[in-house]
Amino acid sequence: MSNFDKIKSITIKQPLKLDCGKEISNFPLAYETYGNLNEKKDNAILVFHALTGDQFASGQNPVTNKEGWWNYAVGPGKAFDTQKFFVICANVIGGCMGSYGPGTIDPKINKPIGTNFPVITINDMVNAQHYLLDHFKIERLFAVAGGSMGGMQVLQFVSNFPNKAKVALPIACTASHSAQNIAFNELGRQAIMSDTNWKDGLYDGKTSNPDKGLAVARMAAHITYLSKKGLQEKFGRNLQERSDLKFGFDADFQIESYLRYQGSVFVDRFDANSYLYITRAMDYFDLTKQHGGNLSKAFKESKTKFFIISFTSDWLYPTSENKDIVIALNAIGADVGFVEIKTDKGHDSFLLDVPDFLSTIKNYLSATYININERRI
Amino acid sequence: MKEEFKVISKLIDEKSRVLDVGCGDGILMEYLLKNKVVDVRGLEISKEKVKKCLSNGLAVVEGNAEYDLKQFPDLSFDYVILSQTLQAFMSPENVIKDLLRVGKKVIVTIPNFGHWKIRVDLLFKGEMPITKNLPYEWYNTPNLHMCTIQDFYNFCNNKGINIFKTISLNGQKTSKITPSNLKYKNLISELGIFLLEK
Repeated sequence: MSNFDKIKSITIKQPLKLDCGKEISNFPLAYETYGNLNEKKDNAILVFHALTGDQFASGQNPVTNKEGWWNYAVGPGKAFDTQKFFVICANVIGGCMGSYGPGTIDPKINKPIGTNFPVITINDMVNAQHYLLDHFKIERLFAVAGGSMGGMQVLQFVSNFPNKAKVALPIACTASHSAQNIAFNELGRQAIMSDTNWKDGLYDGKTSNPDKGLAVARMAAHITYLSKKGLQEKFGRNLQERSDLKFGFDADFQIESYLRYQGSVFVDRFDANSYLYITRAMDYFDLTKQHGGNLSKAFKESKTKFFIISFTSDWLYPTSENKDIVIALNAIGADVGFVEIKTDKGHDSFLLDVPDFLSTIKNYLSATYININERRI
Repeated sequence: MKEEFKVISKLIDEKSRVLDVGCGDGILMEYLLKNKVVDVRGLEISKEKVKKCLSNGLAVVEGNAEYDLKQFPDLSFDYVILSQTLQAFMSPENVIKDLLRVGKKVIVTIPNFGHWKIRVDLLFKGEMPITKNLPYEWYNTPNLHMCTIQDFYNFCNNKGINIFKTISLNGQKTSKITPSNLKYKNLISELGIFLLEK
């Protein structure tokens, strides 16, 4: 894809010690920015993407030509108002939109690194993205924000760099991946690894890709992003371009057709090995365990203001898990706000047009920016 | 500004940590931030009100005081405020216990059911009273446990809770309540404001 030329990136020269024990250096980290960094350099927001996201949070993604994944939230006059704030978003390491990942070509063999890529963690992702602050010469971010895996990165970022962000917005996430979360991720990985085109992860990325496996992984995951009520209301038992059941295994139902479509468009933009690596990173995420079983300790050093948001119909990262983070923060007297937004749109709510959610973030950020500057808090 | 909030604000020392339980729209929190150097947090049950608070940048957590006070460690706030909400809980006794555990000092305000207008209403009309502070009908009121200033005073004494200050509020007028004027103040106060300690 020649459009990859349009991707901005920094090369991280310093060695980065990964949790798996390996060290990487001289690797690319692709990023995109929106809005302008002000003179005081106090208006930067680092946004972290979720499992299948990338650095193109807003506007048109130049590689896929699709809308940015957080187009509802990031842009002029939007929740993350780029007329006020400078939004930075990077592709995580392990990803497939220009950052160092399993799809990166190994010059020695002129083939993708594939499964020779080291297993990475949320901690590694965050440590790599921290170099962006040096790149932009930003002493302190105004905020870090993200939903789902992006929220996990928010938590890890504040834990690793306690005073590098004034505000933290972890949305629809968890401090520790649950057995159910791991189970769904494993289902996706098995779908990919069962595809004969996967070839132990050493497919060439051109002639043959484990597209079928990746599509099934996406279909399964997609169900977890929606609520039962949402699915029922949108599709019910509606039939797909037919008036009656066909007594076969074609997509009789609209929901089948919808999922197949979601799977088929996903493989055009995502690398199967990246899917394996990133879901692994999510599964390994356990901030509570990182701090000896006490989540509060993760935030002990921090003066960051937290604003945590969950959604009523999100059963993948339910309110109770988001609330555990609130409880851990309250236990150390941290500055924390929390609201559960009422919606039928499931886990995906954070990516969708949920006006209550978007307007609360918008108002919170602008009020907090003013409050901090007036030293009220 | 509500007279009640002025009185509450006067009871609070500078540079203290304050938790406003049932903070509503956050008006008292805003007032305290404007007039005092304090670190103030809120707990509120209504999603709509929590969103309003957060939209103003206030540190408010959505939750129910009957369950969610548990998450705050012992004596983690200098002051915990409960403004005109005690009567709405299933178990006011347990909530007060939790407030006294979380806060070094506790400020409780109660709409006084002993006010003479209420007594007159009940005596002559024989109907449940409806007033400015208690605007509900008996069948839709969220106020499950109404009490008088005298009742709350007795409650504190029975439970061994120290009352540091008791203030009567009647319209714009504030005055001190003492053991000797208690019977009279219980008749003329719309609101009782109590500063407590375990």
